[in-house]
Amino acid sequence: MGKLDINVGKLKKNAFRYSKVRGETASRIRIPGGVIDSKSMGKVIEIAEKYGTGVINITNRQGIEIPGIKLSDMEKVNADVQEIIDSLRINQPEKGKGYPSSGTRNVIACPGARLCPFGCYDTTAFAQKMENNIYPNDRHVKIAFTGCSNDCAKVRMADFGIIGMTEPQYNKDRCVACKACINFCKRRSVGALELVNGKVVRDTDKCIGCGVCVAYCPTRAWTRSREHYFRLVIMGRTGKKNPRLAEDFIKWADEESILKMVKNTYAYIEEYIDPNAVEHKEHIGYIVDRTGFEEFKKWLFEGVNLGPKAEVNQRVYWGGRHYDKYGG
Amino acid sequence: MGYVLSRDTFASLISDLSQNYRIFAPVRKKGAGRFTDVDVVMYDNVSNAEAIELEAKSDYSSKEFITPLSETLFYFTENEVKESDIDNRPILVFGRSCDIHSLKRLDQIYLDNGLAKDPFYKRRRDLVKYVLIGCSHSFENCFCVSMESNKCDDGYVFSVDLADGNVYSDVPDPAFDSYFAKYSKDKRDVVPKYVTENEVKVSVTDSVPHSIISHTLWDEYTTRCINCGRCNYVCPTCTCYTMQDVFYTDNGKVGERRRVGASCMVDGYTDVAGGGQYRRKNGERMRFKVLHKISDFKKRFGYQMCVGCGRCDDICPEYISFSNIINKVSQASKEAE
Repeated sequence: MGKLDINVGKLKKNAFRYSKVRGETASRIRIPGGVIDSKSMGKVIEIAEKYGTGVINITNRQGIEIPGIKLSDMEKVNADVQEIIDSLRINQPEKGKGYPSSGTRNVIACPGARLCPFGCYDTTAFAQKMENNIYPNDRHVKIAFTGCSNDCAKVRMADFGIIGMTEPQYNKDRCVACKACINFCKRRSVGALELVNGKVVRDTDKCIGCGVCVAYCPTRAWTRSREHYFRLVIMGRTGKKNPRLAEDFIKWADEESILKMVKNTYAYIEEYIDPNAVEHKEHIGYIVDRTGFEEFKKWLFEGVNLGPKAEVNQRVYWGGRHYDKYGG
Repeated sequence: MGYVLSRDTFASLISDLSQNYRIFAPVRKKGAGRFTDVDVVMYDNVSNAEAIELEAKSDYSSKEFITPLSETLFYFTENEVKESDIDNRPILVFGRSCDIHSLKRLDQIYLDNGLAKDPFYKRRRDLVKYVLIGCSHSFENCFCVSMESNKCDDGYVFSVDLADGNVYSDVPDPAFDSYFAKYSKDKRDVVPKYVTENEVKVSVTDSVPHSIISHTLWDEYTTRCINCGRCNYVCPTCTCYTMQDVFYTDNGKVGERRRVGASCMVDGYTDVAGGGQYRRKNGERMRFKVLHKISDFKKRFGYQMCVGCGRCDDICPEYISFSNIINKVSQASKEAE
């Protein structure tokens, strides 16, 4: 075997890791929404045994990383992952060449309404729709979906966090004042309900649309709204300079608007990304910090028609530690 | 006399009937279940046949017309009282054999349990005629055969069975003959379908010993049961209610009395003045409910209260099986002998 002559930039974009072990790499499998069929999982195992060391890493963003692959085997691995790419319906301009980009990270989702009693929507389906909407793309964007306000998917660490909501519908004629909703809203959620003259009154400002009242109502006096709603939280991040949680941007947002706003963000990044950013990679939040939130909003809302229920925070302020300004 | 109708003519029959009767029937409510995108089958007023869920067992029972979950009985101001108005048109309620058998239990409590008949019950009850939905098969938790409520010999004006794309109806009430004669293509004897065997079987004992009260079998329900009361609210034979006297806030001299459903599993049911609470533990509440359904009611009225519809088991979020408890009680009673 001749000396290794590898274009590291290309390797990374092809979803292989630059490993600390010389001559080795790891293949990174995208699993949008965190759901993979058992056959594809079998293929992952096969690749790990054939080209790797029989070890499989489960990544922090619901992907899979197969370590210990020789750099010289990358083409063969790309041929083998095709089956997984096809099965998970990953957008790909050219078959057999592996993943076309890695900048836009795997889209995360909690199990959501497919399994979880509290899930307010099908997180997996929305995540897959989002993946299809934005991938492949080299820009560093992190998106995460969570079914309800419990935020098990920790979406407040992402650039875009989508939290499921339902607007509780109250049928007073079915209410027997058992107080299950009031007690559970208080104990498990925010305490937005109270009993007034034998019927339940919901504080609509306080209500976070978690659906706990619906889940605990024994008579179907509380039901879910026909529409699925979302709380969109934005520009959360980890990292060295200024890690921070995402802040609330839109309450009672709709699916179509969210897809459009995320798509719009890519055009904004192209316009304003620091041309000298290391590896052409910059968290969107830092770009927003630079351009100002108003400019970001202008791009974000291009062609977006938010539903009548949507409540937009016109000013958003983020916190977090500023290690870049004040040190550690 | 019986009739065979196509689905289309059945639809015409229902819309014709809805001119003279209100129709209260099981309806599939899309996404109205406890969880996201999960349906629930419960009762509502309908005006067309398509809206009626004839195949699935309803999650909530047909009692909701006669004993609504919440109903204003009367209004009061100063020295005057006015009863609430109700729609006085007769109503056809679609129900299965278990639902029709449950009527006897409801009547027993509201009309024949002491000197007075409950007028607010009676004014609704008098409007009701039942339509029997035949059961071509047993559902998951049904144990109607054990409770002898699997078959209806009377108590319905006509029956409905779906088979091979047609609707088969037995019409024992001659008042409905003219409707059927108008739409039916075929007149023949029809026997409403009923099940003769359930997967779930219970054996109810007539000799529950007093010692059952302190039996350990109830203990597990103290922790398993979450005292939500779903089992009571869906039960076609549960009749307990409580009152709400509400004073309108703008004028404290005007108000209304509401009757709302109550549950012996829910907090507050046994609260008494002075802060006492007779059944604090959920296991004790379960004991009270079970013994009422399968022992105490019978001691007083001579027949079982539970009709074996299994709706309590269907809906329990904690997977507690009422029918299993009946069998546990029988077993414990046998052992105590």
